[in-house]
Amino acid sequence: MKVTADKVNSSLVKEVEEISGQKVSACFQCGKCTGGCPVVSSMDIFPHLVLRFAQLGLLEELLHSKTLWICASCQTCDSRCPRDVDIPKVIEALRLLLLRRKGGNRLHPANLSDRVRADAPQQGLVSAFRKYAK
Amino acid sequence: MRYSYYPGCTLKTKANNFEKTALRTAGALGLEMVEVPEWQCCGALYPLNTDELFPLLAPVRALAQAKEAGHGTLVTLCAGCYNVFKRTNREMSRNGEVRRKVNGYLQEEYTGEVNVLHYLEVLKKEVGFASLAEKAQKKLTGRKVAPYYGCLLLKPRDEMDFDDVENPTIFEDFLRALGAEPVDYPYKTECCGSYLSMADEEVAATAVGRILLSARKSGAELLVVACPLCRYNLEEYGRELTERTGGEASLPVLYFTELLAEALAVGSETYGEEK
Repeated sequence: MKVTADKVNSSLVKEVEEISGQKVSACFQCGKCTGGCPVVSSMDIFPHLVLRFAQLGLLEELLHSKTLWICASCQTCDSRCPRDVDIPKVIEALRLLLLRRKGGNRLHPANLSDRVRADAPQQGLVSAFRKYAK
Repeated sequence: MRYSYYPGCTLKTKANNFEKTALRTAGALGLEMVEVPEWQCCGALYPLNTDELFPLLAPVRALAQAKEAGHGTLVTLCAGCYNVFKRTNREMSRNGEVRRKVNGYLQEEYTGEVNVLHYLEVLKKEVGFASLAEKAQKKLTGRKVAPYYGCLLLKPRDEMDFDDVENPTIFEDFLRALGAEPVDYPYKTECCGSYLSMADEEVAATAVGRILLSARKSGAELLVVACPLCRYNLEEYGRELTERTGGEASLPVLYFTELLAEALAVGSETYGEEK
C-alpha cells in the first residue's frame, strides 16, 4: 500500500465527499466508532480506518473491502462521534460508487435463501435491495 | 383524538398482528387512527446519500396527505417507517433546496408541518403512562420483559430525538404502566443485524446471539419490539441457535402492542396465531 500525492488528491475522494456530504478530513482517529460497532468482528477494514484510508486516498483498497457490505447502517458510530462525522454516509457513498457501475448489483432475487423467501418481512427485503442493488 | 395513521407494507402482511393489536388498543383508549389514503411503501430506509431525492417522494406524499386531512399528527407503528418519516419531515422543514425540488416534482406545498409520532410516543405524551396504568385493568404482574429498542427508533440521535440514545427508558416506563417488570440488560439498543439477514446471515445471527444471551442472563422471559425486521431476526436466529446448541437460547418475541392488548383485555387471544 503506497500513499502518493495523486492518490490523496484523487477525484474519487471528492466524489465520496460529495455523495455523502461528509468531510473525511474531520476525523481525528479516536476510534470510538470501531469500539462500539456491533458488526466489527466481520469487517476487514475497521470503521475508523475507513476514514483514514479515505483521507489518504486509498480508494482501491476501500472499494475491495468487505466492510462496505457488512455495515448495517445502525448509526451507533455517528451518534458517538466527537467530530460529527456520519460514517455510515461515507460507507454508503463507497457502496454507491460500486453499485452505480454497470452490473454492480450485489444481491439478486434468485440468490435469496429459502428462509428469506418464505418468512422475511417486506421491510427486510426492501431494505436489502435498497442497500445491495440499484 | 384523531390521527393520520401510516401502516406501511409489513404491517399489512407479515406483521398484521402488530397492526391489529395496535388498532384495537387505540380504539380502547379513545384514539382514532385514520389510515392515510392510497399510501405507498416509505422505502424502508432513509437515504444516506445527498445526491438522490427520489426516496423522499413517497414519504412526503403521505405527509402531505396527512396535512390535507387536517389531523396535524402522523402516527406510525413500524420503527422503520418511523425512522423514514421523522427524518424526511425534518429534512423538508430545514432544507430549502430539497423542499423546493421535492415539492416541485410532487406538485405539493409541504414544509414539514405535520408532527410525526411513534405509537409509543402517543401513549406516553397524549394518553400518559399514569392514565394508561389506570386503564390497564389486566396487569401483567410478575412478567419479566426485556425491552428491545434496536436502532431505528433512536438513531441518528439528533434527527430522531426520540429518547436518550444510549439509555432510553420509554419502553421500561410503558411496561411498568402495564404492571410488567422490565429487565435491564446491556444489549437493549444493540443492532440485531438489520437487513444483513437477507444477504449475510452469519453476521446477523451473531448479533442476535449476543442480544438473546444478554436478555436471558438478566432473567427475561420474553422480548418486546417495535420493528418487524428486529422480530424476524430475533426469532429466526434464536430458533436456529437453540437447534444448534441443543439448549435453550431463544426467547419469545412480541410486539409491544400485543402486551398492551393483553393488559387492556382487547383480543390478546390472537397472539401467536397470526404472522
